[in-house]
Amino acid sequence: MKKEKFRALARPVVWQPWVIPVLTLVLWQAFGSAGWLSGRVLPTPLEVAGALIDTIRDGVLLESVRVSTQRALTGFLIGGGLAFLLGLLNGMFPLAERFVDTSVQMLRTIPHLAMIPLVILWFGIGETSKLFLVALGVAFPIYLNTFHGIRSVDPGLIEMGKVYGLRGFSLFATVILPGALPDILLGVRYSLGIMWITLIVAETIAADAGIGYMAMHAREFMHTDIVVLCVLIYALLGKLADVAARTLERRWLKWHHRYLQNG
Amino acid sequence: MSVRQEHRGTQVTLRNVRKSFGSLNVLHDIQLNLKPGEFVAVVGRSGCGKSTLLRLIAGLEKPTDGVILIDSQAVSGIHSGTRVLFQDSRLLPWKRVIDNVRLGAPNKDRNLALEALRQVGLEEKAGAWPAVLSGGQRQRVALARALVGNPRLLLLDEPLGALDALTRIEMQALIERLWTEKQFTAVLVTHDVSEAVTLADRVLVIEDGRIGCEVKISLARPRERDSGFTHFERIILNRLLIREPQPDAEVGAGTNFSI
Repeated sequence: MKKEKFRALARPVVWQPWVIPVLTLVLWQAFGSAGWLSGRVLPTPLEVAGALIDTIRDGVLLESVRVSTQRALTGFLIGGGLAFLLGLLNGMFPLAERFVDTSVQMLRTIPHLAMIPLVILWFGIGETSKLFLVALGVAFPIYLNTFHGIRSVDPGLIEMGKVYGLRGFSLFATVILPGALPDILLGVRYSLGIMWITLIVAETIAADAGIGYMAMHAREFMHTDIVVLCVLIYALLGKLADVAARTLERRWLKWHHRYLQNG
Repeated sequence: MSVRQEHRGTQVTLRNVRKSFGSLNVLHDIQLNLKPGEFVAVVGRSGCGKSTLLRLIAGLEKPTDGVILIDSQAVSGIHSGTRVLFQDSRLLPWKRVIDNVRLGAPNKDRNLALEALRQVGLEEKAGAWPAVLSGGQRQRVALARALVGNPRLLLLDEPLGALDALTRIEMQALIERLWTEKQFTAVLVTHDVSEAVTLADRVLVIEDGRIGCEVKISLARPRERDSGFTHFERIILNRLLIREPQPDAEVGAGTNFSI
């Protein structure tokens, strides 16, 4: 009898992965309600939910999310776009690689967050400094993966394309770019992670708007619930970016054997 | 001769063609004439230069010396009427089967591509991704892609080398049928002597970068594996096997250049 119960538990069921998170939340709430956990150290889940409702009501949360998202995406487009073009250039033309690649590799060794003091000296704490840091951070993964993707396109396919009369742009659009796309999207996914981390750090150190500013502002007034809320919002935005990148992969790489289970 | 001229196939002439990679001589002084519509097989041991010969005719490599004439005109680079079937199918994995075939069709014509797929018996796979096809099916799609533009010269670089024995026999029959219908000139590079005897009007044996001998196969088509077939097979095999151990340095070096 006992054995059978154990066997029933051993089967994979949907709820199993959620046992620990739910248990943690319940215990967390119980400890807070019992007064064993100071609200200043860690507010209860219900208090955080309350902070969520309050900040949505007074419009602070949505405005902060809007500002941060806009910063993140603008920085990503600028840095990612330039890096993509540079990766294409160096991937396609060995001469360009000879001139540029070593310099890029040298710059890559500088941790971009170490530039924060310098960036504040250059641009102050306004928008430019954050855009600069995000752009710098996302650029390298996209550059490296685009370059590598272009270089690792099967030369047999390029030769085949030439036999079929593909030249110049048509060869690029039909064979080279699609062949490099899996690598490029990998770079995009990696960059999206770096994008949020960079922005979090930059906004926490120096900002006058955005989620990081909201968290630091709340800290000054000991609103620990809002600080925790900001941390959770960052996590959610990071997750959203990852889901977006995966969706792109599934759409654009549906020919890839990784996504081909259903034909 | 006038009947020959009506063929759709090209005439290919190689005059004093030599090819070397650096200091390495792969082909020496090749003289060759392919009649329009002729099916020629090129056999030889690995590294003898047979693939290089095919790549020269395809325009994928340039001869170090000598000229290659297609229909009496000197060509350099890839010729628009020439198609190559490689050992690997080289389908674009990000294009569906039909779109891969359209790559070879004039104006990317969809109906022509479908018709070509029908000829290789794969029209029901038109919407499939190449990744879900078997090796033999992929090679048939590659054949459809090569033939949809009605090439005048088809070059086959060991296209059946990676296939299993039964699929091979089917593919040989398919290639022979399409060649008979479309009357293009064909050059098949292979290490399989019986495949060469099955398909070719003429078999060239390449030895150390030279055309060592030439065997006309006078059997009626489609060819059965009867005593006549075995006779030709034995002539070519004997020729290949006698030349086996060659302490000549050139052969050893050439082995690295099986492309």
